[in-house]
Amino acid sequence: MAVLVVILTLLVLAAVLAVISAPIRAARARREAAGGAAPAGGDAEEALAARTLEDLEAAREAKYREIRDAELDYRTGKLSREDYGAIDAELRAEAIEILDRLERLKPTDA
Amino acid sequence: MAGLGFACLLLALGVCAYGVATSLYGVRSGRLEYVDSGRRSIYALAGVLTVAVLVLEIAFVGDDFAFNTVADTSSRTTPGLYKAAAIWSSQEGSLLVWAWLMSLWSSLALFLTRKHMRDVAAYATAVMLGFGAFFVFLMVAYANPFATTSPAPAEGVGLDPLLRFPAMMIHPPILYSGYTLCTIPLAFGIGALLARRLDADWIRAIRRFAFAAWLFLGAGVMLGALWSYSELGWGGYWGWDAVENAALLPWLTGTAFLHSLMIQEKRGMLKVWNVSLVLATGTLAVMGTFLVRSGILDSIHAFGGHTLGVPFVILIAALIAGSIYLVVSRRSLLRSEHRLDSLLSRESMFLANNIVLVGLCFVILWGTYFPLISEALTGKEASVGPPWFDRYTVPLALVLVALSGVGPVIAWRRATLANARRNFLAPLACALLTLLALLGAGVDGRPLALAMFCCAAFALGSVGQEFFRGARARRAMAGEPAPLALVALVRRNRRRYGGYIVHVGMAVLFVGVAASSSFEHVNELSLSPGQSARVGAYSVRYVRPTATVTPKYDAAHTGSTLSLGAVLDVTRDGRHVATLRPSEGFYSSGEAAQGSVGSLLGGQPVSHVAMDLTVARNVWTAIQPDIETPALKRIVTVGNRTLPPEDGIVAVAYLAREYLKHRPRAEFNLIVSPMVMWIWIGGLIVIGGALIAIWPAPARVRARVGAGARPRTVRGLARV
Amino acid sequence: MRYLLAVDPSRKRRLRLVAALGAAVVLASALMYTSFSAASPALSPSELLHQAQPGRSYQLTGMVVRGSVHREGEVLHFSVEDRAGGSQVVLAYTGTVPDPFREGREVIVTVHKQGGRYVGERNSLITKCPSKYKTAPPSENQNS
Repeated sequence: MAVLVVILTLLVLAAVLAVISAPIRAARARREAAGGAAPAGGDAEEALAARTLEDLEAAREAKYREIRDAELDYRTGKLSREDYGAIDAELRAEAIEILDRLERLKPTDA
Repeated sequence: MAGLGFACLLLALGVCAYGVATSLYGVRSGRLEYVDSGRRSIYALAGVLTVAVLVLEIAFVGDDFAFNTVADTSSRTTPGLYKAAAIWSSQEGSLLVWAWLMSLWSSLALFLTRKHMRDVAAYATAVMLGFGAFFVFLMVAYANPFATTSPAPAEGVGLDPLLRFPAMMIHPPILYSGYTLCTIPLAFGIGALLARRLDADWIRAIRRFAFAAWLFLGAGVMLGALWSYSELGWGGYWGWDAVENAALLPWLTGTAFLHSLMIQEKRGMLKVWNVSLVLATGTLAVMGTFLVRSGILDSIHAFGGHTLGVPFVILIAALIAGSIYLVVSRRSLLRSEHRLDSLLSRESMFLANNIVLVGLCFVILWGTYFPLISEALTGKEASVGPPWFDRYTVPLALVLVALSGVGPVIAWRRATLANARRNFLAPLACALLTLLALLGAGVDGRPLALAMFCCAAFALGSVGQEFFRGARARRAMAGEPAPLALVALVRRNRRRYGGYIVHVGMAVLFVGVAASSSFEHVNELSLSPGQSARVGAYSVRYVRPTATVTPKYDAAHTGSTLSLGAVLDVTRDGRHVATLRPSEGFYSSGEAAQGSVGSLLGGQPVSHVAMDLTVARNVWTAIQPDIETPALKRIVTVGNRTLPPEDGIVAVAYLAREYLKHRPRAEFNLIVSPMVMWIWIGGLIVIGGALIAIWPAPARVRARVGAGARPRTVRGLARV
Repeated sequence: MRYLLAVDPSRKRRLRLVAALGAAVVLASALMYTSFSAASPALSPSELLHQAQPGRSYQLTGMVVRGSVHREGEVLHFSVEDRAGGSQVVLAYTGTVPDPFREGREVIVTVHKQGGRYVGERNSLITKCPSKYKTAPPSENQNS
């Protein structure tokens, strides 16, 4: 019984080590394949670019939702025609700005 | 096998320590593979704790009484389902389940955000692993679920009969899920502050987790109230007990957060509020967990064990101090992008909503912790009771319901008089009509209840108007027939209309609370067979006693040895309404010292209530039969003296027969409450609305939004 | 009047903030102050015997004395003693008796002094779940 416990414990330990070391081993393998150590800074720059892209995409979704919400507010009588016109124009301008910045980051699609 | 379980706990500690180190190193050095390794540490933690839980569950189901926890809370005679659930009925078992659930939800959260917010997620991972380490440490140092005794006892004590109810079995996992889910927004909030990143992406992620936490916590609280009402013998659903309150506090701040987040999204305001609310929700959840476990407050729920108090206090103090420091040091990041233009605007209403909810939270917090506060300040311990809580929470609840009718309808930035006239006329008319109708029907004498009914009518009118106008707008735009328009409206604006449905549910719930508490009729008295009692408009007659003997090894029921009860005939104006059979179950105590018969009946007695529940009212009955009459006591004594343990059941059968023969008096608790079911119906509506609100939009809609966005947006501008 | 309207917006906002915070502080203080007078002090039997004044409610906490429980119709009579033993308070209680109630258990009950006797207020009886860490035999372990 005690032997079984020890074996099972070691199995769990091995599984844990395999899982948590996988990305480190993979990165090391990638670096060796790329020939020599790539600067750590490269990863950070990549991360920064990715971060801005995520931000912009989330901001874009949020802005679209706001535009739709404003329209629904107008149609259900919570915004007057003038107010809606002004708010809608403002929101769409902000959306265009976000789309512009996205395009600069990702020139492949809009 | 206990060795494997304990080894898993130690391994878990190691994984947590490694994960914290690697996440922090990865995010500071920019090396993503270390951040990923940290994330996988949470997955590994979940895996290891799952193994630990499995070890313990197998011990429970397999009656392995070498495990102290199993011996203390289960027995061979405990029915199967309750054996499996007994794992969370003890201090150490519940700690394990808490840690396990936390690791599971954390894994899910990190998995869903694995491609985003790498920096925020890295810090969040470290925080979550910190929590994991804390709870595992508690188990390793103070409350080990894998402690064993050798030689193993032959039989366990059995699951406390008070816990042998279906609701009791799902309430803890759901409540623990709620509590543990609260730590995820907390972790992401701390992460965002550390990474200096509080923007649309963060909002999108944290909203999902906060919503899930809110949903589970709310469901857990509701289940607790339902269990209390339908299965405990006092006939109430909320007693302002410390443990009930503890679960409500993070739910209140969570509600505030979910609403106030909308303002940050739309107008870039209330940022300080939002991070503070997120941090408060997580801290309150940890405080609630502490309160239940440390026994520092008198409550019928509290686990024993003052030894856990000190570590928890340190953790809570660290959370509070850390939160304040983070918010203050990042305040430049939290500046509002816009200012409040008018006190009559949607932004103000949401701000008022925050204030009322935080106010409610403060009142309940103060009242709950008052014994500690008064002891600290005056040296004498004192406590406040339900009347004090009711006095302050009821007016706040009224304001809340009224706000839920105003908020969705009032305009952004600045409400004009014309605007207000258009939008508030119909809801106010609803409220007024309701008031007149109720007064006309003779419902008076309870101003607070009337006020709640009117506020609810106002809120419901407002929501109804929204649905009506929205469907009408959709028909104008898309030409669909009315029912289709309604469905399409909700599908395309899930968050808004799902939220409205939640408001409807809350209004219904509060109406149920107001009606059932203000207009209930109670009668507590003793009756002999044949006698009747009046309660409200109903007449309850004690027809005859009942006595059932359950064989000792019957797994079909809850495992009671003897059940004494009554058949009650409920009539109204002479017409038969229902036949109810309340009873009290007597259980084995497992203590041989009580004698061969005494030990079969000496365990915790449990009341089984009987009720006739309709939408309009509930007739609730409970019985306290007297098992200690001289005649019955003599049977037990004689049986103890003359019968061997395995024949004790014979005396119990004889006792049952004698009980029926002598037809003794019994104490009855009779309650008629109007509209209690509305509380549970309201709760279901809230859950339904919440599910609609968080249901993700179908993928094709999202794709449509992406493609062709620019031309459409430009076209839109040109249109104006 | 015109002066008030001409106040520049940021000052108006700051005034509003101060007013709101002030109101919050006042309300919170009122709440905290009144809670002390509304609260019932928690006393053990020996403290109760010394301090009780007729007309005030107290939260009596202690253990139910073995052999002291008997019921007369609707009224349940029992004695509560100090956790450490010693003084006992006899009281008459009407109302719901929670399932966990039994001799030797810790209870909390709201009482007031009526003449020379102590009366337990209706439905105020709470029985504490026995702690797992008591030295008593591992009989009832109630944790929920």
